[in-house]
Amino acid sequence: MTTWQDNPILTVEHLTMRFGGLVAVDDLSFEVGRGDITALIGPNGAGKTTVFNCVTGFYKPTEGRITMKRENGQEFLLERIPDFEIAHHARVARTFQNIRLFGGMTVLENLMIAQHNKLMKDSVFSIGGIFGIKSFRKSENASVKKATEWLERINLIDRADDPAADLPYGDQRRLEIARAMCTNPELLCLDEPAAGLNPRETSELNGLLHSIRDIDKTAVLLIEHDMSMVMEISDHVVVLDYGVKISDGDADFVQNDPRVIAAYLGVDDDEVEVAEAEAKVGQKEGATS
Amino acid sequence: MSDFLQTRVGAALKDAALAAVITLLLASIMVGLRTKTEQGGLVIVGQWGLVAWMVGVVFVGRLAMSLLIWRGNNPVANAMNAMLPKQDTVSKIGKLVGPLLLLFAVTLPFYGNRYVIDMGILVLTYIMLGWGLNIVVGLAGLLDLGYVAFYAVGAYSYALFAQYFDLSFWVCLPLAGILAAFWGMILGFPVLRLRGDYLAIVTLAFGEIIRVVLLNWYEFTGGPDGISRIPRPSFFGLEFTRKNGFADFFGLDYSSMHRIIFLFYLILILALITNFVTMRLRKLPIGRAWEALREDEIACRSLGINTTNTKLTAFALGAMFGGFAGAFFATRQGFISPESFTFMESAIILAIVVLGGLGSQLGVVIASLVMIGGFEVFRDLEDLRMLVFGLLMVGIMIWKPRGIVSSRAPSVFLKEKKSVSGDLVAEGEG
Repeated sequence: MTTWQDNPILTVEHLTMRFGGLVAVDDLSFEVGRGDITALIGPNGAGKTTVFNCVTGFYKPTEGRITMKRENGQEFLLERIPDFEIAHHARVARTFQNIRLFGGMTVLENLMIAQHNKLMKDSVFSIGGIFGIKSFRKSENASVKKATEWLERINLIDRADDPAADLPYGDQRRLEIARAMCTNPELLCLDEPAAGLNPRETSELNGLLHSIRDIDKTAVLLIEHDMSMVMEISDHVVVLDYGVKISDGDADFVQNDPRVIAAYLGVDDDEVEVAEAEAKVGQKEGATS
Repeated sequence: MSDFLQTRVGAALKDAALAAVITLLLASIMVGLRTKTEQGGLVIVGQWGLVAWMVGVVFVGRLAMSLLIWRGNNPVANAMNAMLPKQDTVSKIGKLVGPLLLLFAVTLPFYGNRYVIDMGILVLTYIMLGWGLNIVVGLAGLLDLGYVAFYAVGAYSYALFAQYFDLSFWVCLPLAGILAAFWGMILGFPVLRLRGDYLAIVTLAFGEIIRVVLLNWYEFTGGPDGISRIPRPSFFGLEFTRKNGFADFFGLDYSSMHRIIFLFYLILILALITNFVTMRLRKLPIGRAWEALREDEIACRSLGINTTNTKLTAFALGAMFGGFAGAFFATRQGFISPESFTFMESAIILAIVVLGGLGSQLGVVIASLVMIGGFEVFRDLEDLRMLVFGLLMVGIMIWKPRGIVSSRAPSVFLKEKKSVSGDLVAEGEG
């Protein structure tokens, strides 16, 4: 048995998302194992980001159930709760395909905002904070320390007081991951973390993701197009095509799955002919129907 | 000929000629033809001399500008650049300006005459309103065009409490703030799901609704007649009266100036409290969340921040300070009517915040001094002062599009506090 079947942290069941007449995700079910790095892959427009947005509450799915099971046994039905509560209570953090940092605020401030809910509680909803109570100052120092630790892990400690918008692209990507991690998530969702990174930065990212899995004990769910990276770091790969799951298993299994090869990784020449013939039949059927 | 146009003088001449032609076209219609009432109806009179003058001035001015100022590498432009202060010097000056202004404000009653102190009260009221609105517009990035509604709520709550329940100013001041904050929340709940232009329109409408209600609810608010004989504030129970009041208690000769000076310090303290609370909140999680909200609302939600509540606190807090200012306004004037709370007031307060620089406390002070104080100083110029202020605003928006003080100071730092350039700071979407 595999981790994702034995001990899933996230269970997606019969997830369907329709935008008007367009079915972006169609009856999708999969599990994310606790302590796994799970990759969600598929060609452009396969519905990967839609799945992400459903899991993190930015979309409300048309049908289906998404269950998040926390370490302490609490269960959350993510399709029912608002997005900010998913991050706060269900402990699912995310990053965005197009980086969404607070550009006009410093790197350190970005990491402090991620700890908002804890700080808010410790400042007695700001009232204690105005009078500078001791417990709040302690909590603020602890938050700065945590942010500092993360900045050291992502090698940005020297730029802590610079505005986030001034960072180079690769650093912004890492900062966004660190910011998501500062919310103490149990599941971290990364939308194309390696997009736009050079090979050296990608290998650094792999190290970071491994450390998140092994040191922080946080499960990672990621969307990625860089196949070599996906195959290298993933414990579990789910393949989507046109909103439907076409394969699900570990990296070796998926790599050798003929459906994945046909849909995604490329096929042999003779198979191309078969595929093209099938496509023609499909088109005719489409035209007649 | 074409070689000549390539040269610097040629290009400048061509540019100036083009500007002159445009001026000619515009001026012929707008200035050149003038209607005049004479016997038998309107006649059109030409003013071609004036048009010729305008074309000439534009041509020469444009030529001089493009030859001497706009293009680099000439003695005039270099001299101008050298005259402009460096960024470091500006921030050094900026650090000094705040304390100096405060010192000026505290000592003003000792050497100012009645007119100057009255002016000071007016300017300080707008500074306080600007600081209050700065929380909503500058920090949280929510465009509120109806801020004057909360000012009105504060003023009317004091006036009505005093009229119907005979409550004193010091009891009503917190009540006015709380009521205004309450109204801010009532408005906030339905409205804050809107963004950008929609939010602006709804807040604008809310401001007008409050004013129209005050105008038409004659039995309760007095309608257009307003409320008069609003009680004046007392100095810890001592009235500013000729007999048995403040002057007698301290053994001073009675002077009507005592009350004015008292009011001046009262609004100064109220404004300083507003500033203190805002500056403090900026460094707390809630203040950081406001600024994060202005930067990117979606990212905020992904980090578990309840954006509705965060917006509501900003709205309520801004409204509360507006309410305090309103109560002060009522007690200073002794008379209020809906006419004091028109859209123009909202627009002026917003202009103060925007010209000062969104989110900048010092900017609000400078903008208030210029807008309110300057407006009074140029009172003799009559109609021209509107023109002067229009030009001033256009000038600021061209040279300092992010307001007078555009850089942002970070709320927390690790090693070194570096201010963030205004170009990187988002203005908020709504």
